[in-house]
Amino acid sequence: MPTNEGLATLSDQLILVTVLLYLVAMIGFALELAFGRARTATAVAAKRELVGAGARTGGGGGVDGGPADTASADAASTDEAEDRAEPAPAAWAVRAGVVAVVLTWIAWAGHLAGILARGLAADRWPWGNMYEFVVALCFAAVTTFLVVLVRRPIRFLGAFVTVTVALGLGFAVLFLHVQAGPVMPALHSYWIAIHVSAAIAASGLFTLAGVCGVLYLIRRDGRPSVLPVRADLERIAHSAIVIAFPIWTFAVIAGALWADRAWGRYWGWDPKEVWSFITWIVYAAYLHARATAGWRGKAAIIVSLIAFVCLLFNLVGVNIFLPGLHSYADVPQ
Amino acid sequence: MATPRDVETTKPDGQAPAEPEPTTQGPPSGQRPGRQGSIKLGLVGWLRWGWRTLTSMRTALILLFLFALASIPGSIYPQRGVDPGQVARYFQDNPTAAKWLDRFWLFDVFGSPWFAAIYLLLFISLAGCVLPRAMLHIKEIRRKPPAAPSKLLRLPYGEAFEGELTVEEAARRLRRKRFRVVTGPDWVAAEKGYLRETGNLLFHLALLALLFAVGAGALYGYRGNVLVVEGDGFANAVAAYDRFMPGQRVSAESLEPYSFTLKDFQASYVAAGAKQGQPIDYSAKISVQDSPTSAPRDFELKVNEPLDVNGTLTYLIGHGYAPTFKVTDGKGQVAYEGPVPCLAENQATYTSECVIKAPDAEPMQLGFLGRFLPTTVPSGEAWVSVFPGAVNPTVQIFPFGGDLGMKSGVPQSVYQLDTDGLKPLGKMSAEPKPLAVGDTLELADGAGKIQFTGVKEWISLQITYDPGRLPALLAASAAVLGLVLSLTVRRRRVWVRMRDGKVTVGGLTRTEGSGAAFSTEFAEIVTMLREE
Repeated sequence: MPTNEGLATLSDQLILVTVLLYLVAMIGFALELAFGRARTATAVAAKRELVGAGARTGGGGGVDGGPADTASADAASTDEAEDRAEPAPAAWAVRAGVVAVVLTWIAWAGHLAGILARGLAADRWPWGNMYEFVVALCFAAVTTFLVVLVRRPIRFLGAFVTVTVALGLGFAVLFLHVQAGPVMPALHSYWIAIHVSAAIAASGLFTLAGVCGVLYLIRRDGRPSVLPVRADLERIAHSAIVIAFPIWTFAVIAGALWADRAWGRYWGWDPKEVWSFITWIVYAAYLHARATAGWRGKAAIIVSLIAFVCLLFNLVGVNIFLPGLHSYADVPQ
Repeated sequence: MATPRDVETTKPDGQAPAEPEPTTQGPPSGQRPGRQGSIKLGLVGWLRWGWRTLTSMRTALILLFLFALASIPGSIYPQRGVDPGQVARYFQDNPTAAKWLDRFWLFDVFGSPWFAAIYLLLFISLAGCVLPRAMLHIKEIRRKPPAAPSKLLRLPYGEAFEGELTVEEAARRLRRKRFRVVTGPDWVAAEKGYLRETGNLLFHLALLALLFAVGAGALYGYRGNVLVVEGDGFANAVAAYDRFMPGQRVSAESLEPYSFTLKDFQASYVAAGAKQGQPIDYSAKISVQDSPTSAPRDFELKVNEPLDVNGTLTYLIGHGYAPTFKVTDGKGQVAYEGPVPCLAENQATYTSECVIKAPDAEPMQLGFLGRFLPTTVPSGEAWVSVFPGAVNPTVQIFPFGGDLGMKSGVPQSVYQLDTDGLKPLGKMSAEPKPLAVGDTLELADGAGKIQFTGVKEWISLQITYDPGRLPALLAASAAVLGLVLSLTVRRRRVWVRMRDGKVTVGGLTRTEGSGAAFSTEFAEIVTMLREE
């Protein structure tokens, strides 16, 4: 099973090009954010009207002003009022945003091709070491963003998602890169397709939620800002975590099933297991906190960010600092 | 929203009309004993207060955080259950710190009383919250949807249109959408999404079941390790294990009576390139007898492919070299002959440390330290191994003579040479000339000789019996199912009133944050009701 050097090199080059494309896209998104801020507000407002329209077409007057608006809409209204007062967006700024979306799609395709080339080069699933895992995780985060973008106006997140992903990929290329090649015998299992893929998908979603959470803390309510309104950020973060949490649960259970095949026990408190468990607990705490009066909003978002830090530590810290059975990271010394 | 405890403090949606929400907390929350001072608070009052505090959402959140926090030391300090060798090393390196850490069970975090206290409290809190809530949900499921409120257009979703719609027809159409429907003289009340709460309860009950499954597995199961050299065998009995960790309810007679012989072990490595020496595959060919009377069958044991004999599983977890030696003592008698398992000190080259003991040698006992080099190449004055496969195996021998210290009664590791009563034989060199297979080293002072006769390999195995595996898997699967239901299903109500040729429809969702999705569904329902 020799490694195909040509494909391996192609993969490395594709990932480099992808990083550059993400950075250019990030600039496009940022231009739109900075100079087309009214556009952001309009998108939010339009969505709200859409929500209302579904319920109120066909008359039934006198409904407005009732206790109908959702709590999030109330929180958002002050921001929207301020944003609406701004002058109309510059057309070129909007165009920059559209170009950025197209660039992100192209980068996404290059990213996918890079992962596929790596898998073909080594003739195995392309997430056998830490470099490949981080590359795949970034891919999952972009995929999530693009899929949601098709259905919901969340272009305002573009700059933050692309910069996070470009940083993640840059980190992987600079510090984690290893030659494509075969993996340890313990990884020869179909479980790598199930367990690691689920972990990657969940981590991608959690990353999106993490980006929203950080923006939420930076954004202050009641002040004009180019950043998206808090209520939107909170909702996107929550939706992402609601989808990611069952996937993460499944990933942990699939990991236990694999451990039962490979190591003779389904749960043995290996450092990786401990930290995925901690991550799970803290995300569960977030879901509970968000449903508890007095914890909603900022407190819950902070809990979700603590959980995200646990996730990152599990990915980076455990592989580098804590020896254990999950020592496949193959991190260059 | 998704959780059982939210109702305690939360009004779902914040805008639900005068609809009474279910309360899970048994006693009315009017009195706050803690605040009024404890003058009138008797024992029952304190117990009730304690129970309410324990089952409250805030306590559960704190316990969740504590649970996560308490796990952290288990990933920092070596754990006895995971790697006892590491713990022993920690004791050697930092005796004082280790003694104190041990007092707080920091080498057995996951079996410690304080860790147990946290998860038991958490699970009691969970049970105290979920069980009453399950009772309530059963009642709720049997209850009919509440009658239509008077002003439907005041609801979060409301719409009116002109049309002739009979009560029966509206009820029929809503039932087709799988709503639960109740009719009045001029109204229809419909509700669906009970699966949300069902899933929520299923998830939390499944977590309780998971805890019991894990506990039962630990009580009635066992785990053990054994090292087997090529050509040797193993029979599943307590005495055959190098290390045996039974659950409290395991008897020695209950072990599955199977046995096997290791015929051959093969490890293959990347031969060239940047990843040279990285293992590709391990394969152990064994001959298994499922019971003492059954015929032997061949089995290929690999990583990820354990041997399963009626639920007792045998896993390949490690391997190494066991060079064979023949030691002849000063009187010309064979004092030792056979394989010596060596421990790899370097995974990349498999340079291994060996200890050979010949306690029967005369006139003095003989002991040897050996350095096994699977692929030997000269490197200046020294020799090193450059590849983990046995391409050019040699052994460097450091002979000792004297007292091996085995009569003192203190148990000795077979992998360590106690050199207190031993002195080196001849001039000790740091880099003695390595022996190739077949070579013999004559010992100084006529003490005898040692011959390197060949290379075998050993494998280390883990043998596990855990009756809690399947129940744990079922519980975990139920938890995921419950989780998905509780996070995706929405509880929603729709009312229709028909009066004077005018139809009013009102709707509300009792799930926070699902407004956008429900508005689409509500619009569809209205369209469906408008159809002629």
